[in-house]
Amino acid sequence: MKTLSTEILVIGGGAAGLSAAAEAASAGAKVMVIESDLHLGGQLVKQTHKFFGSKDEYAGTRGFKIAEILLNEIESCKDNVEIHENTTVTGFYSEDKTFTAMRGEESFFHIQAQKTIVATGAQERLIPFVNNDLPGVYGAGAVQTLMNVYGVIPGKRVLMVGAGNIGLIVSYQLMQAGVEVAAIVEAAPRIGGYWVHAAKVRRMGVPILLGHSIKRAVGDRTITGAYITGLNEKFEPVGEETFVDCDVICIAVGLSPTTEILSQAGCKMMYVPQLCGLVARRDMSMKTSNPDFFTAGDASGIEEASAAMVEGRIAGLSAASSLGYLTEHGKLDEYWSRLQSLRSGEAGARICQGIECVLVNGWEDGRNG
Amino acid sequence: MDDMQKLFNSGVLTGEREGAQLPPRELWESKKGGVVVVECPQRIPCNPCATSCPTGAIRPFKDINDTPSVDHSLCTGCTLCVASCPGLACFVIDLTFSEDLALFKLPYEMLPLPRKGDRVACLNRVGEKIAEGTVENITQPRKDRTYVVHVSAPKTVVNDFRAIKVVECHA
Ligand SMILES: Cc1cc2nc3c(=O)[nH]c(=O)nc-3n(C[C@H](O)[C@H](O)[C@H](O)COP(=O)(O)OP(=O)(O)OC[C@H]3O[C@@H](n4cnc5c(N)ncnc54)[C@H](O)[C@@H]3O)c2cc1C
Ligand code: SF4
Ligand code: SF4
Repeated sequence: MKTLSTEILVIGGGAAGLSAAAEAASAGAKVMVIESDLHLGGQLVKQTHKFFGSKDEYAGTRGFKIAEILLNEIESCKDNVEIHENTTVTGFYSEDKTFTAMRGEESFFHIQAQKTIVATGAQERLIPFVNNDLPGVYGAGAVQTLMNVYGVIPGKRVLMVGAGNIGLIVSYQLMQAGVEVAAIVEAAPRIGGYWVHAAKVRRMGVPILLGHSIKRAVGDRTITGAYITGLNEKFEPVGEETFVDCDVICIAVGLSPTTEILSQAGCKMMYVPQLCGLVARRDMSMKTSNPDFFTAGDASGIEEASAAMVEGRIAGLSAASSLGYLTEHGKLDEYWSRLQSLRSGEAGARICQGIECVLVNGWEDGRNG
Repeated sequence: MDDMQKLFNSGVLTGEREGAQLPPRELWESKKGGVVVVECPQRIPCNPCATSCPTGAIRPFKDINDTPSVDHSLCTGCTLCVASCPGLACFVIDLTFSEDLALFKLPYEMLPLPRKGDRVACLNRVGEKIAEGTVENITQPRKDRTYVVHVSAPKTVVNDFRAIKVVECHA
């Protein structure tokens, strides 16, 4: 079997992976980016709305435009970057320090790398309810991919489950695509996403039912409706069930970091609720307990593209400098101060608590960055 | 939790508060071109309203999580913030348009795009139709497909009219 080799392997070509690749390649390192999707960009390419954050992270720019900006940056150091799309890293075998990878579903090969940056993003969570296996029940990510990447609408009338940013934004995007949103149900007593995103869909006439959830889906071969109910403080169903006429149920109840490869590499992992799941412990350089592995972006804790890009830059910078490439003095501090300012708000406080749990002062091997 | 708080928690403004303060009435009534009305009451890591404002009317943020604070006397009604705000939380309202009508300059990212002269439904913060308005102009200040639709509508809906629905479809 063919073995490809590189200095720095970046697994995942989303906001974090592309930033890591650009940073490492501009320092002079040879970088290989592996992306399982047909195109680079990760979640960014599906985001047609304008992003928050600060100007440094392209606030006010639409997500897919940010992906274009990152791709242009990669293009400008393309001699150092090798890209494989439609290729998935399927595992890491620590005994011979080899990754297995698969292009499409036919071609298989090995990869060896001196340093690896795991920027594999996140997976959607689903919730159990009666008939949740009927066609017409989608994750929000799937709805976005259908609409915004392939130009296909999922149905005519949607019940959205979850009023976090994803549920709110995807509801808005559904309306932009001409799909009706029957209602948004949210188990908590307040929206989880940004208030302004909720205001946007409210003034288009979409009810947001707080303290409500889906009880069961209705349908024979596909979804023809759903029953929702109110919840008490213990999140137990109370009161009457209400029927909602819909042909799509879109689940937007959160994401969990994708971290299998880090576990396979023996990185010390930790379950951190504030970061939404199992993540690798890391130092300020985003280096894990395995000195050859770095992590960044949603894979290191569910946050935002803005933070994912900065973390990617930190990981790229650290991986390159650990291979002896010269990097600008003081850059790490600058990136950390950007992260800190992004995390200084209401939503950021939770993230900071989570980071405090997983961050280590430095690894004992003494090899720092 | 009372009903007003619940309504606010679901994304509906229920009165003035920090980040969502109306312009002083006297200034507002006299300012040609209109002044900005911002409705952004939550601390979030976001600042394009302030960085896009050419006059400093939306005061520069000390911390990116600040809620917008506005010096309405500096506002020219240019709508750059309207088109830049990712939360669609900035509006310009011109009370000098006519005796009975105000001119509302609202962000619009839906289809179909209305045309000058079209009648549109004026929606309040929960999407109810509260009046009819006339499209006076459509601009695209940042050339990034967030349009700003200028709609004239009765002054009685100044405090409630925040979105439009295009009802008539032109051929
Ligand atoms: C609806 C929605 C709205 C959002 N709005 C905003 C916003 O306004 N502002 C903001 O800052 N953020 C926003 N975000 C969040 C932002 O999109 C993510 O935080 C960001 O994309 C994370 O970047 P990432 O690179 O870590 O992960 P991703 O973008 O998910 O990229 C990970 C990539 O890794 C690939 N991959 C995974 N496993 C493998 C493997 N084994 N082999 C090869 N490739 C693999 C995946 O295909 C994917 O392309 C939003 C997200 C959603 C869903
Ligand atoms: S309308 Fe123009 S001047 Fe007024 S606050 Fe907005 S950007 Fe500033
Ligand atoms: S740009 Fe809009 S959403 Fe962002 S802080 Fe300003 S008013 Fe709020």
